[in-house]
Amino acid sequence: MTRRIGVVTFPGSLDDRDAAHAIQLGGGEAVALWHGDTELSGVDAVVLPGGFSYGDYLRAGAIARFSPMVGAVVDAARDGLPVLGICNGFQVLCEAGLLPGALSRNVGLHFVCRDQRLRMENTSTAWTSEYTPGADVIIPVKHGEGRYIVSPATLAQLEYDGLVVARYLGGNPNGSVADIAGVCNAGGTVVGLMPHPEHAVEPLTGPGSDGLAMFRPVLSGVFTD
Amino acid sequence: MTGVPTAVSTSQALGLTDEEYTRIVSALGRPPSDAELAMYAVMWSEHCSYKSSKVHLRRFRDIPAGDRMLVGMGENAGVVAVGEGLAVTFKIESHNHPSFVEPYQGAATGVGGIVRDILTMGARPVAVLDSLRFGDADAPDTARVLPGVVAGIGGYGNCLGLPTIGGEVVFDPSYLGNPLVNALCVGVMPVGRIQTSAAAGVGNAVVLLGAKTGRDGIGGVSVLASATFDEGGGPARRPSVQVGDPFTEKILIESCLELFDRGLVVAIQDLGGAGLTCALTETTAAGLAAGGPGGMAVDLDLVPLREASMAPHEILASESQERMLAIVAPDSLAEVLTVTERWGVLATRIGSVTDSGRLVIRWHGEVVVDVPPGSLADDGPVYNRPIRRPADLDALRADDPAVLPRPISGDDLRSTLLAMIASSNLCSKTWVTDQYDRYVQANTVLAQPEDAGVVRLSEETGLGIALATDGNGRYARLDPFTGAQLALAEACRNVAATGAVPIAVTNCLNFGSPEDPEVMWQFAEATRGLAEACRHLGLPVTGGNVSFYNQTGSMPINPTPVVGVLGLFDDVARRVAIGFTDEGDSLLLLGETHPEFGGSEWAWVSHRHLGGQPPAVDLAVEKLLAEILVAGSRDGMLTAAHDLSDGGLASALVESCLRGGRGARIVFPRAADVFTELFSESAGRAVVAVPRSEELRFTDMCAARGLPCRRIGVVDGDTLDVQDAFAISLDDLQRAHSATLPALFGAAGP
Repeated sequence: MTRRIGVVTFPGSLDDRDAAHAIQLGGGEAVALWHGDTELSGVDAVVLPGGFSYGDYLRAGAIARFSPMVGAVVDAARDGLPVLGICNGFQVLCEAGLLPGALSRNVGLHFVCRDQRLRMENTSTAWTSEYTPGADVIIPVKHGEGRYIVSPATLAQLEYDGLVVARYLGGNPNGSVADIAGVCNAGGTVVGLMPHPEHAVEPLTGPGSDGLAMFRPVLSGVFTD
Repeated sequence: MTGVPTAVSTSQALGLTDEEYTRIVSALGRPPSDAELAMYAVMWSEHCSYKSSKVHLRRFRDIPAGDRMLVGMGENAGVVAVGEGLAVTFKIESHNHPSFVEPYQGAATGVGGIVRDILTMGARPVAVLDSLRFGDADAPDTARVLPGVVAGIGGYGNCLGLPTIGGEVVFDPSYLGNPLVNALCVGVMPVGRIQTSAAAGVGNAVVLLGAKTGRDGIGGVSVLASATFDEGGGPARRPSVQVGDPFTEKILIESCLELFDRGLVVAIQDLGGAGLTCALTETTAAGLAAGGPGGMAVDLDLVPLREASMAPHEILASESQERMLAIVAPDSLAEVLTVTERWGVLATRIGSVTDSGRLVIRWHGEVVVDVPPGSLADDGPVYNRPIRRPADLDALRADDPAVLPRPISGDDLRSTLLAMIASSNLCSKTWVTDQYDRYVQANTVLAQPEDAGVVRLSEETGLGIALATDGNGRYARLDPFTGAQLALAEACRNVAATGAVPIAVTNCLNFGSPEDPEVMWQFAEATRGLAEACRHLGLPVTGGNVSFYNQTGSMPINPTPVVGVLGLFDDVARRVAIGFTDEGDSLLLLGETHPEFGGSEWAWVSHRHLGGQPPAVDLAVEKLLAEILVAGSRDGMLTAAHDLSDGGLASALVESCLRGGRGARIVFPRAADVFTELFSESAGRAVVAVPRSEELRFTDMCAARGLPCRRIGVVDGDTLDVQDAFAISLDDLQRAHSATLPALFGAAGP
């Protein structure tokens, strides 16, 4: 049975249609979810896409975490619903307390868009199980506020528990602590990533298709059911 | 009628001449009110009325439209049919003066403005290109202007979710006090969704959508865009620069697209230069021109304001961003308000369509404006300004670069090449382009530094478009007629190099003051050259923009016609990129190389020299070259293609080697002059990489069609090796090519 994955659209979401496109290429059905609603429509997983929710004038993700839909997603995530936050979605997950740490202004103070090498580290999450541990992949980054910061104690715990999902290779684009590009919760169901796997799903429109695997595992049913 | 009849001195402060004031009085049959005068001042400004350029722009209208044109010049943007029931609209526009005064907001709102033009046609904006020109890269003011402009374009475009897929970054001292920021936007829509701006249907509601109206940008089109800067006079005009809010624009776009899809608007018009004045008069005038009963009654008290104390002329002239004007049937109004509320967009009914034939505006219960809309929109002054060939032109053209010392030894050629690829105009622009999102919308097939940006329109069929912008102010300074043709030829080559068929043209004509006869001569020559070349290549001009008064004191910029060319792909999967990727492929040079160095990058970098003649243009060759490049792509014969332009073959080879991560071994004929081979800027040329298995087929095709084609080498190893001259490793090339902008403007990363 085709897995149904919700993609939340906030005012200011930009990569929502792109995420839906990637889900379809991965064999799933994308279900549009609206920020002002609370109905998850029975989806099997949720993607919080990239963009600038509500303009992000206060701090990236700071307003979105209070939206009705994020409230519903947080409740469901605590019950095990797989959630992937990409870029702005990662920022929202941190603001909402589903993931530790925060994303702050890039060290270079510029927006950075580049094809980024990554090492996939935790490959037993709901979203990364199709990668080989240590896989060297290329997935674009594009953000102005992607520098992951976290307290030394939490960082040590993340590393100890193996909750770093991906790390930047060949140059850290934003000054993230320990070159961290993405982290997950203890259960491996909630993943936050600064890079955009939905922009590496077909060689024609991206640097390759290294990101497509991200949209398949939740579809194969290993985590749900 | 309120408002004290205004003295002529006030009209001068608003940028009107005495003669124009008299003309207003006779159009109205009485002296104008304050608000009316403010409206005439902005509508009759150079920027809005094209009063100095109109007589020359007619040449573009005379070019046959072809069978794709759905909407031509004069609308917010031209529209062409691309098949599969889809239409593409594209246009380039300048935001030069604001970007000098306040670089971040000037550039940001330049993007915002052109995006709304595209939206107004009914299209979803799908990509942006930015053609940028600054003073010398190491000039102190460039360090102020460039980072702000780049951050402004990125800050706005990235927040809108629009990929930036191409453009140019050029440095020349003539732009020091007048940077050029030309933004091109392209959008796509089903043919049936094309919108009109004609306010029709008596009783229909006039609805203002988007941001509240504030005091920003008042006089943007008149005192800012239609006047020359004095030395140091820029910062004082900062209040005339608009302030952008991309988030508001993003939700405005989404809500308007939903209104179009639901068929809820009768007409739509963006608010850009001259704000509400322009939108009200143009929609009303278009409604009358369409033949129906027309007219409009507007109540300014209903316009949502940021500052309650704004006077009527301020409300009418404000250029506050992120606003649209919609004409809505009364029984659709409730649904319109539901859609806009869902997106969080402010929508306010401010008036109605009438049958009075006039635009009547009330404020505090009294009529402050009562004008025939055509007198503002269409009956403005038209000037056939005097022209005079520049006095220094003969001396400039006689100053032939042939006399300049040239590198001869292998070592000298090597160091010349390294200096050139590190020069500000030829170096890598990654520092700039990495600040732009090129991926959003998931349809970007090629983006900078490729020859053209390529966007997929249909995932099912691969239908897609290519876009390139080009211009060369130095060529145009030496010969504006040829320079404009070279800009068009280069943009066509760039589009064709990717495999797309060029189908339409937009242009942004950046010049000094039209009141200077020598500038006006440059303008006349450039439009004549461009129109002739478009006609020859069978390319209609779908729209564009003129930016005059790009000068500081009496020093105009180099005349800079920037040309944008739209190309069409039946299937973007066959696109050809610039990078050499396959070891052993043959490198073929298409076109003929002559010793042409007038206005060249070599003359500039090595000698700071500008003189002589620009490269000759042969439009028949350009057309043939484009056809060969497209045929090569269509038949899968090319693994890479790169147009030759600034910096000649040397620059193209370095870019293709670095992009693909492969070296090249180049062998010129024994008798050839290596310097000319490497650095000549002869037009009508491209370098292509062809697998050995396809080489004969490709060269046979060129021979059969009469395009000069010769083998110059092979893709090989990890050096650029010019036999009997020099070899440079890719690492050394990369270092030279990529270090320049970060060294000048700061490292982008940690």
